[in-house]
Amino acid sequence: MTSSPSVRVNGDQVALAGVPPHTTTLDWLRGCGLTGAKEGCAEGECGACSVLVARPGTDTPTEWTALNACLVPAAALDGQEIVTAEGLGDVSRLHPVQHELATRGGSQCGYCTPGFVCSMAAEYYRPGRGTATADEHHTADAEHGPNGFDLHALSGNLCRCTGYRPIRDAAYALDAPTDDDLLAARSSAEPPAPVATRYAVGGAEFVRPADLAEALELLAADPEAQVVSGSTDWGVEVNLRGARAATVVAVDRLPELRELEVGEDVIRLGAALSLSEIERLLAGRVPLLDAMFPQFASRLIRNGATLGGNLGTGSPIGDAPPALLALDASVVLTSRSGDRAVPLADYFTGYRTTVKAPDELIRAVELPLPLAGITAFHKIAKRRFDDISSVAVGHALDVVDGVVRRARIGLGGVAATPLRAVATEDALVGRPWTEATVRAAAEVLAGEGTPMDDHRASASYRSAMLGQSLLRLFAEHVEAEEVPA
Amino acid sequence: MSALSERPENAAVGLPLQHESATLHVTGAALYTDDLVGRTRDVLHAWPVQAPYARARVRELRTEPAYDVPGVVRVLTAADVPGVNDAGIKHDEPLFPTEVMFHGHALCWVLAETLEAARLGAAAVQVDYEQLPSLVSVRDAIGAGSFQGTPRRLERGDVDAGFAAAAHVFEGELEFAGQEHFYLETHGSLALVDEAGQVFVQSSTQHPSETQEIVAHVLGVPSHEVTVQCLRMGGAFGGKEMQPHGFAAIAALGARLTGRPVRLRLNRTQDMTMSGKRHGFHSRWRVGFDDGGCLVALEATLTADGGWSLDLSEPVLARALCHVDNAYWIPNISVQGRIAKTNKTSQTAFRGFGGPQGMLVIEDILGRCAPLLGLDAGELRRRNFYRPGQTTPYGQPVRHAERLDACWDGVLTSGDVRRRQQEIARFNAGSPHRKRGLAMTPVKFGISFNLTAFNQAGALVHVYKDGSVLINHGGTEMGQGLHTKMLQVAATTLGIPLSRVRLAPTRTDKVPNTSATAASSGADLNGAAIKNACEQIKARLAEVEGGDRLTWEQLVNTAYHQRIQLWAAGFYKTEGLHWDAAAMRGQPFKYFAYGVAAAEVEVDGFSGAYAVRRVDIVHDVGDSLSPLVDIGQIEGGFVQGAGWLTLEDLRWDESDGPHRGRLATQAASTYKLPSLSEMPAEFNVTLLEKAHEDGVVYGSKAVGEPPLMLAFSVREALRQAAAAFGPAGTSVDLASPATPEAVYWALDAARKADPDPTVDGVARRQPEEVSS
Repeated sequence: MTSSPSVRVNGDQVALAGVPPHTTTLDWLRGCGLTGAKEGCAEGECGACSVLVARPGTDTPTEWTALNACLVPAAALDGQEIVTAEGLGDVSRLHPVQHELATRGGSQCGYCTPGFVCSMAAEYYRPGRGTATADEHHTADAEHGPNGFDLHALSGNLCRCTGYRPIRDAAYALDAPTDDDLLAARSSAEPPAPVATRYAVGGAEFVRPADLAEALELLAADPEAQVVSGSTDWGVEVNLRGARAATVVAVDRLPELRELEVGEDVIRLGAALSLSEIERLLAGRVPLLDAMFPQFASRLIRNGATLGGNLGTGSPIGDAPPALLALDASVVLTSRSGDRAVPLADYFTGYRTTVKAPDELIRAVELPLPLAGITAFHKIAKRRFDDISSVAVGHALDVVDGVVRRARIGLGGVAATPLRAVATEDALVGRPWTEATVRAAAEVLAGEGTPMDDHRASASYRSAMLGQSLLRLFAEHVEAEEVPA
Repeated sequence: MSALSERPENAAVGLPLQHESATLHVTGAALYTDDLVGRTRDVLHAWPVQAPYARARVRELRTEPAYDVPGVVRVLTAADVPGVNDAGIKHDEPLFPTEVMFHGHALCWVLAETLEAARLGAAAVQVDYEQLPSLVSVRDAIGAGSFQGTPRRLERGDVDAGFAAAAHVFEGELEFAGQEHFYLETHGSLALVDEAGQVFVQSSTQHPSETQEIVAHVLGVPSHEVTVQCLRMGGAFGGKEMQPHGFAAIAALGARLTGRPVRLRLNRTQDMTMSGKRHGFHSRWRVGFDDGGCLVALEATLTADGGWSLDLSEPVLARALCHVDNAYWIPNISVQGRIAKTNKTSQTAFRGFGGPQGMLVIEDILGRCAPLLGLDAGELRRRNFYRPGQTTPYGQPVRHAERLDACWDGVLTSGDVRRRQQEIARFNAGSPHRKRGLAMTPVKFGISFNLTAFNQAGALVHVYKDGSVLINHGGTEMGQGLHTKMLQVAATTLGIPLSRVRLAPTRTDKVPNTSATAASSGADLNGAAIKNACEQIKARLAEVEGGDRLTWEQLVNTAYHQRIQLWAAGFYKTEGLHWDAAAMRGQPFKYFAYGVAAAEVEVDGFSGAYAVRRVDIVHDVGDSLSPLVDIGQIEGGFVQGAGWLTLEDLRWDESDGPHRGRLATQAASTYKLPSLSEMPAEFNVTLLEKAHEDGVVYGSKAVGEPPLMLAFSVREALRQAAAAFGPAGTSVDLASPATPEAVYWALDAARKADPDPTVDGVARRQPEEVSS
């Protein structure tokens, strides 16, 4: 246990002393005089607070990872290294990202700019950016620059002034980091190790247990403890709804929760891997998830958010559950008494409630193999990047000899829990993969769940979108009968 | 050419410079109001007690429990106000109300050592409410006859005769939403008192002089005891023209009462639930066309949803009426305007200031009627353009009307529009599930404040003995690049390098009695005032003996020793304006800004989701003062306009449930503004050439607001793409905002439309109504 938690900020070690455990990294940095990072929304939607954190990499030992400083508690960064816009460069020595943004009119009011700088710098340093091998499963498209810059890196940053064109131009103009670039060099060295932390101020405590056993002991002793990983959900509760927990337990760096295994019969995804890590480690192995990732919030959020968190909150509008339901996933729950696997379809019990006991942690998500031949993830939202679903549908079908042999359809946003479209699955299985079958099944699908009217969409639109989702799947896979399973 | 517009050779104006603060922005070094808090000692933090009802009487407010929260220092209530308990200038906005007028209305403010303590203190305040009936929708307000302010009518010609002679008459209705400013920096003020009790307020305000006046009247002190400074704003867009005053007054009041600095910064939800927005409107209209598709009569009623207080609703309405014609000659017109009073935030200025709302009505009419007239919508628009010599309904000649054609032809060419239209037709014929549409729309926007008195500005220019120059002016910087342009104007007028000129933050003790930085007029007014000051100094320097052989530095130094005054206050007022607000007649505008956009979209038939494939714009900024800045304004305005029209969806709880009147979209997670995914994939902006504007500083034109309305092209392109799902000649009704859901219902209706019997592609049927 460290007695004096601290964070390395722009190369200097800064003590966290006296900062209440619920304090966000953003507020802490600003209190330290680093006011470059801004609060625009305090819920991870606008990215004005983006900073770079040295994280374990998948392609290099360390990767500079952009995170929403407004969501991550400062205490969660004990022993870690971060870089802010101030640390990237100064007026007399601009960082290449800063130079391109400044000279191309990429800032107007400038308030969102330090956040854009950090998100853009993370992509600037992404190992293998611009090389064909690293981007193999991302073919060049309207969202990638000639320099390999992936625009999704900026999907969590909002600008109200520029209309984005000069920001995109700046991103696409970036060269590779030079040989003497210190942050690029830092990537080749090991990342900071997780630091076990027990940090208490004013009756509230932040704990980062050293290992899984300690984490499970803590949960057993204190069922009220708030478990966080990327804090992308809890951070919103803290900032917008004034939630305060007596004890917060961070599990995002526990090695036992960060394993990814592709076996013969099952793919096992560690619950505390960030979605960005899973995306890179799977490298296209699960097409349905690959369809989901770019639509799941933003890169900034995916860099922190985990499957464990998305399932742990039990939200009916999380994007992972519909995809995982279609993949027939199971949730591995762990406690002091051992592990148990629960089919995801049996996991949700009601609005934000699940079968998970307070002393259990989500350890992993398991996907049975082989994967279905026809898969799709359809998300309906107002905005293409970084929005919450009004409806999300995961499809996984096997069509053999022109007949639907197996169908799994997962739905989000149409009931108090994510759910399987069982009646629609029944309307498909055993029937020929034809327009007639699909039209009939689409009618059934449009009647699944109990969608409601709200500010995101009307109930009638949600229902219509369910039916349309199957029609779209058919239109896009009408010739795909003989896909080997 | 006027002296004001004449541009010298090798001028600093016209150079494509980056924003003057760009390097500060990108390094995080640029300071905004709330960044000063950590640099100030012993700051108290403010948190509001917000009412949870759309309308209620406050029976009792018990603040004592707040004092039990550790760290709470003071609760500010109406009893603390030494001056006038009012946050506005019309005395209809009590700073501490006794009647809740909208959900989220702040009743009192808690000051504490930390923000956390202030929040908990506010939660501890107890309020007894007596709920009262409320009006939440504009339809409810119209039904109940709930209006505020003075209704206006814009009239010309004889509409009855016009309709009698019209070959085609249609009528319809359109209700459309407002817009949240969503400046990235929320409202913020930091107030300090000095040893004499004078107040210094750092405020994120577009209108420092009015912030000063209202702080003074709340405190009951003369204006000279209050100084307001605005370093820069993290966006404003009109949302900080009137709205900051009350927040600044709370901070100032707290500072006066406690003797300590007080910081008031709204979080996003507080900002969205408490501050005003763009007005949503309801409109009902009847329109007549002749056989050739020319407008002959328009009769309409526009009802602005003003929210709970008047704020800027009257001038917003006036501008809406003055722009209902957009770029079109309408010989007979009668448009009534009125302001509904509803239990919502007090709607206010937002980029375009009513202009977009007025124009939306006519653009929607043309988009809906074109198929019914058997005309291409672009052709219908162009046929109705103003011709040189014609006047607006309020009697102002449309000078340079030919620039509409120049912009239109420019876009046709630069956008390769004809070829792409054929390509789109081919694509649509072969694509059952995805359809494309391309639409062109024009903008004509009047520049100047409607109220003539506001069209004045001041500047203060100091030349120091070493030849360095410091300029101050009354305009504020909100990202629009005003300060960049002002530096260019000063360097140009003095004939010195830009590096010799520095600009100091906007302060009311430097330049008094300023107008809001609004109405796109910032550069026109303040630029002319700076030019005036610089010319005074130049004229004096011209008297230096042998001055023409000296460098600037030598000249200045010599002038000092000859006791020549090296600083000057500049002043400017726009000439030639007059406006009769009651009659809605006159020449309110110095000139018009013109532009044309072509937008191409692709719509997905399964969901109504869409992408903007390409946008081409030709826009008239006169002779640009600063091309990089101007192009940034055009692109940014366009995307912001597209956000209003297609994405941003303000939803209020109109039910009779427990949350009636609550803003349902009160956070970034529920209110979606355009992100990178909404940016046009291809975005080409060209400035109209040979566009010198006589009588304006260095021949330039205002650019802040007009481009926002170019975004009608996106809405109209969506309408066309939705129509392409139906039989040829389908007239499509499109809700506003045209969210994916709205587009889906539009294309779904088109898909279900009866095939229209056509002869050679021309509709034979001539329905009398678009909708009832």
